[in-house]
Amino acid sequence: MAELRLTVNGGEHVLDLPVGTSLAHVLREELGLTGTKIACNEGHCGACTVQVDGIPRLSCITLAHAVEGDVTTIEGLRDHPLVEAFVRCDAVQCGFCTPGQVVSAAALVAANAQPTREEIRHSMAGNICRCGTYPRIEEAVLTWQG
Amino acid sequence: MARLIRTEKEVEGRFEEVWLVVEEDPLEQWPAGPLAVVGRPAPRKDAAERVRGQARYTADVRLPGMLHAAVLRSPYAHARVRRIDLAPALALPGVRGALGPGEAHELEEEAGFQGAPVAAVAADTFAQARAALDAIDVEWEELEAVLDPEEAVRRALFTGEPRRHERGDVDRALAEADVVVEATYRTQTVLHNSLETHQATCEWVGDTLHVYISTQFIWGVREEIAEALALPQDKVRVVCEFMGGGFGSKNSPDEYTFVAAELAKRTGRPVRCALTRREEHTSAGNRNSTIQRLRVGARSDGTIVALEGEFTNSVGWSGWNSSTEGPMRMLYACDNVRTVTYGARLNTPPMKAFRAPGFVEGTFGLECLVDELAAKLDLDPLELRRLNYAHSNEGTPFSSKNLEECYRLAESHWERRHALRARSDATWKRGVGMASQIWYGGGGPPSYAWARVGSDGRATIVTAMQDIGTGTRTAMAQIAAEELRLPLDRVEVSLGDSARGPYATLSAGSSTTPSMGPAVRAAAADAREQIEDLAEQRGLPRDAPVEEVVDLLEDAQIVGKGARGPNPTGMSVLTFGVHVVEVAVDVETGEVRVERVAAIHDVGRIVNPLGASSQVEGGIIQGVGHTLSEQRLLDPETGGILTTSLDAYRMPTIADVPEIVCEFVDRPDEHLTNLGAKGLGEPPIIPVAAAIANAIRDATGAEVRELPISREEMLRALREAEERAREREKRGAPAAV
Repeated sequence: MAELRLTVNGGEHVLDLPVGTSLAHVLREELGLTGTKIACNEGHCGACTVQVDGIPRLSCITLAHAVEGDVTTIEGLRDHPLVEAFVRCDAVQCGFCTPGQVVSAAALVAANAQPTREEIRHSMAGNICRCGTYPRIEEAVLTWQG
Repeated sequence: MARLIRTEKEVEGRFEEVWLVVEEDPLEQWPAGPLAVVGRPAPRKDAAERVRGQARYTADVRLPGMLHAAVLRSPYAHARVRRIDLAPALALPGVRGALGPGEAHELEEEAGFQGAPVAAVAADTFAQARAALDAIDVEWEELEAVLDPEEAVRRALFTGEPRRHERGDVDRALAEADVVVEATYRTQTVLHNSLETHQATCEWVGDTLHVYISTQFIWGVREEIAEALALPQDKVRVVCEFMGGGFGSKNSPDEYTFVAAELAKRTGRPVRCALTRREEHTSAGNRNSTIQRLRVGARSDGTIVALEGEFTNSVGWSGWNSSTEGPMRMLYACDNVRTVTYGARLNTPPMKAFRAPGFVEGTFGLECLVDELAAKLDLDPLELRRLNYAHSNEGTPFSSKNLEECYRLAESHWERRHALRARSDATWKRGVGMASQIWYGGGGPPSYAWARVGSDGRATIVTAMQDIGTGTRTAMAQIAAEELRLPLDRVEVSLGDSARGPYATLSAGSSTTPSMGPAVRAAAADAREQIEDLAEQRGLPRDAPVEEVVDLLEDAQIVGKGARGPNPTGMSVLTFGVHVVEVAVDVETGEVRVERVAAIHDVGRIVNPLGASSQVEGGIIQGVGHTLSEQRLLDPETGGILTTSLDAYRMPTIADVPEIVCEFVDRPDEHLTNLGAKGLGEPPIIPVAAAIANAIRDATGAEVRELPISREEMLRALREAEERAREREKRGAPAAV
């Protein structure tokens, strides 16, 4: 067990957890933030994407004790205009990958407010959607400002 | 009024004769075309919840005191547990219970495939449960493993009797044909890979078992668990509010549920059993591989006179022999057809339904064969399809069929091929291909819904169905809103819990909308009639706005009920469509790029054009993965699964998506229910592989006959085409293409 200090969506948390615990596990099991999904648990699918200081990170393969920086999860992005864009464009089917998609997209548009289709495809290629909502996601990110 | 009928029930292309209690369906269909709410694009009612991560999936269910289970699986393709000792596992910290073979349904001593479940452990944490599996002491006896489907067929190792169909005189027709084309097609094993893995959390509340499960069929799970555990069905409550994808693989409870239920019973605590992604790759079902030996005979004008197919499905250790021969039997008018379909029983992971099982594979074979015939006769593939148009299903009339209209709408996309081919250069060859689609999707009874209208003029549709991500909540709300003349935002849909609503169909076989939609409309109509009666008593016109009529209800509610009526008797209810695909092939490296897909579908009335387009796009993208990159690899010596992670098993990403154009005929099926709508979940994946392969032939002259069309397969087909061309030159014939 080792002390873990974590800032998540602006809130401070002090926990005592085994070294080696993944950030995704801490978010979901310790903090109850189940918006972050685990679909592969080995860094291949992007469903668990969160931001650390604005940079997308795969929380399932990020060791919680190694996190240096502020964590933002989907719960911290609920009022982001991307949410409305995803709803409007029907960029969601089963929805299991969607929070991770939004977190990735939010990082993209924060760095580049008007990404091209090519830039969206490049930045979002790590987020797998098995339902195939990709054309809608592309549309949502292209038109996120309304 | 309830009525008992004898009818054919179809699920995923499998038929059975059943007695069914149905209710009349007296409502007239609405006129065709967009109405006030139905037929107009509507964003999903639950989209924001899902997008914001607020939707509670089975994976998010956390119950007080909940334990985590892990399952011990066979490392061998075929083996028997000679001796097993669970005690060392039980002695480990955090471990609360363990089960050996025979102690829960589907935990068995004989393991018929690598990944077959044999034992399970429950512990305080999942990590503890996994660690405890390693402590279980097992002595295995390895048994002979049969891994080659052709060997299984030779040895008559089948999952059931081979299925045979014959009409007309195939031998004579082939002998008399002007041209015969013969080819063998192979399709690979692919995995559903729903992002939410198969899982259940079970809790005993008194003598009732509560099952939270990621499922496509709440009522099927309830029935199977009740039967396996010898419980009355009302003592099993099944909950699935939000569901992270199924694609056919989540129609039944399976070992994870039985393990969780039994361990919950033994420990007195809730138990969660969730497959890992790697288990998902070995033990959660697959679209089985196929071998298809096909023959078509035709007259020189293109009239198809004979079709013959020998199909082998590599079913696996268990599962069913899906209708790979279906398209050959049904898609074209042909008097002489002979098929045999073998279900090879192998020591490989069992198949499960996967988005149009059989028809995806069979359409690849048939629609490639038809294009090879067109090439041989130098006929236009679209004209060849029109020439052999089926006007009945082996003599049975269609309830509706607008494939001709699909072909007409396809023309403008098909015409692009001349300009596209002209854009080919020395390296990148471009071409266009097409393939047709036929499938079921008519749904059927029974299914029920209740409609509740309160004094605030809001309505709730209550039914214990599931929304697997297809937008069911929204489509049902649209239908109810239309019937009640309410705006969409005044209608809620309550679903996902067998304890809170009547029986509802499974969400598979493209049946949700055509099965549930008419029941929801009937329930809403029942409520509306009561509201109209009330209006009359208040001296208002019968069509007065609902909120004006119900405002004095106070705590009283209007409750309507509705049931799905019967399907039309003596008619085939089927879905149709056509895809036109544009590809570019790098003839040096074998890279194939799908650049554009035009999809035209005939599925009766479209309830939500926005959600419908999303379904089509999703089906096409899954189809592109199936065609080009996805393949579960198995070691042919040991039966071990080689692709167990999402970097080894390559699914499409956003960077792989072609331009997609989606069109609907949108004509209600006048014979089908009060709605005239058919299902759309499966049709869009069906023609993708054949259309891509046909586009490749158009671009390069190469005949790909095997999925996935990997670079190796593409280069092989290109070499073969070159050799053919060289031989023709030697013989002095003009080179084709």
